[in-house]
Amino acid sequence: MADSALPTAPVPQLAQSVRDRSGVRRLRYYGEKLGGSLVSLFAVILTSFFLFRIIPGDPVRTMTHGRPVSIEQQEQLRRDFGLDKSLAEQFWTYLTGVLRFDLGESFQYNRPVTDLIGDRIWPTVLLVGTSVIVSAALGLWLGVRGAWNHGSLGDRVNTGVALTLWSVPSFWLGLILIVIFASGLGWFPTSGMESTGVEGWERIPDVAHHMVLPLVTLVAVVYAQYLMIMRSSLLDEMGSDYIVTARAKGLRDVIVRRRHAVPNALLPTVTLIFVNLGFVVFGAVLVETIFSWPGLGQLFYSGLSVPDLPLVQGLFILFSAAVILMNLVADLLYPVLDPRVRP
Amino acid sequence: MALLEVSDLTVTYRTAGGDVPAVRGVSFALDAGQKLGLAGESGCGKSTMALALLRLLPKTARLTGEIRFDGEDLLTMSWGRLRAVRWAGASIVFQGAMHSLNAVQRIGAQIAEPIRLHSRAGEAAARKRAGELLEHVGLPARRADAYPHELSGGQRQRVMIAMALACDPKLIVADEPTTALDVMIQAQILTLIESLVAEQGISLLMISHDLSVLADTCDRLAVMYAGRIVEEGPAAAVFGAARHPYGQALAAAFPRIGDPASRRRPQGLAGDPPDPAELPPGCAFHPRCAVRLDHCDAVDPSLWPAGSGEGARAACVRVLPDDGLSLVPAAKESA
Repeated sequence: MADSALPTAPVPQLAQSVRDRSGVRRLRYYGEKLGGSLVSLFAVILTSFFLFRIIPGDPVRTMTHGRPVSIEQQEQLRRDFGLDKSLAEQFWTYLTGVLRFDLGESFQYNRPVTDLIGDRIWPTVLLVGTSVIVSAALGLWLGVRGAWNHGSLGDRVNTGVALTLWSVPSFWLGLILIVIFASGLGWFPTSGMESTGVEGWERIPDVAHHMVLPLVTLVAVVYAQYLMIMRSSLLDEMGSDYIVTARAKGLRDVIVRRRHAVPNALLPTVTLIFVNLGFVVFGAVLVETIFSWPGLGQLFYSGLSVPDLPLVQGLFILFSAAVILMNLVADLLYPVLDPRVRP
Repeated sequence: MALLEVSDLTVTYRTAGGDVPAVRGVSFALDAGQKLGLAGESGCGKSTMALALLRLLPKTARLTGEIRFDGEDLLTMSWGRLRAVRWAGASIVFQGAMHSLNAVQRIGAQIAEPIRLHSRAGEAAARKRAGELLEHVGLPARRADAYPHELSGGQRQRVMIAMALACDPKLIVADEPTTALDVMIQAQILTLIESLVAEQGISLLMISHDLSVLADTCDRLAVMYAGRIVEEGPAAAVFGAARHPYGQALAAAFPRIGDPASRRRPQGLAGDPPDPAELPPGCAFHPRCAVRLDHCDAVDPSLWPAGSGEGARAACVRVLPDDGLSLVPAAKESA
């Protein structure tokens, strides 16, 4: 056999230089991904300022609507908000502020935008974060089952239901759920996150009780995405040669699926999960508004109707930054999961 | 007693367009330590045969006949017993090892997997054995930590061979083991397979479209056409003096080393193999046959002793005593 053996250990110096080069390549890969994210973020900061100035409506007029406010007082407000300055001056103030993590002061709440975000971020992370975890787990599980028994009645019903729910608008489903389960049967509260006067550990079941309907709404309209991707990706893998090898080894079908097919099929799905996690802070504007959930989505909605420029700009940057960050995490995680794309 | 005895095996795929016969009544026997080569064009049913032996075909395939392996019929065996026979009794070296290995698992783990499954060896013992197997096929044991994409095509095929040896099987089925490799590597891999099966007394069923490769490696050859064996016998007899026109065409398609004449006139075979869903009547080969007789579209002969060598047989009317005229149905004869 020795004659057919390929040269074994390469010369030491050569091995060393190969390792150095792969180290450089790895560094460059991470550098490129990080640099790309920073460029995207900067583009977001630039566009966010102009984007919301396109919205028709004068913040001062909206806020003083129906109140006895003199022209002088309106001018004073305009000066306070800095709206009397030229667009270029406003942009400069905004830009220098953002770079110091100062998002300015909300017009309607008279508080720093960062404080408002700090107050409202956790309810959103709780609600939308839970919904991503639940819908991913549900979708992946149903997707695996669907692919394994593809074409069966169960698979077709499963896929049909998921696709129907996917095409339902979330606000409509939310309203229907409120009509049936909250105001109709009275099983769940119609709105809010907590009942008044509940203290300490009691708050946990109380919040959970309030969370059921918005969570069901969010999961129902989203889990089909995970199901479809997992199902089709697993179907692709099941036709592969290495699955035949695994079966030829004498492994049980369950093991073939769990150890060989699913890890390969998961690769495209992981990217989707992380991109969706990026939308966590933003994901629920409509659902939060309908259920009066005190989160960022609701805050964004209230900011848009004025328009409360510092608030919507700040939230827009936050939402975009979350998406960019999660994409970056997915980019960095992918090589860990798939040895083929390791830099 | 033969280690593997296949009798009248048929494989039929049920499709929306009707039943498609991929293998139509194949019988052969393989003794312990013997090497049998199965040749044929793509689509002749040879790879279906390989998968059928361990019942690895999809659910749409229906199998009839008998596959006796070590005295037991694999077709009627329980799934639990079959899983025990898979790999430990008979293992497979698949073609194109790139896709036959799991891309996201280290090769050491993939080799150790059947060892742990069939021998109840511990993790460490299985790892150690995987390393030894790699050394045995000419790869350094530390390559066990590599992923398939980090290896060359030849190295991956070596991994596949190491994996096939993992549970000391009695039979190895090699399905186009060298097809995707360049000629130098091909020769290395063939030498490797040959020496390993000889060293351990393993029976080999090697499947290939390349009759010259098979003739080099195997004791006996069988030529398949449209789901049937049309010629079989000792390797030299089939490769050197085939009696079936298809066997002759296949042998002539490859130049023979040391025979300059054959290099100057490589012969092809016009036409395509028939669609298994729409086989021609009579002998399936007659539309492409250069020496067909008038009644070839009416007679489908079975294997008949012909040619030199022990147990050499061919399925052609021309080897029959009366050119098979007595087999022609009455209607055809009067017409």
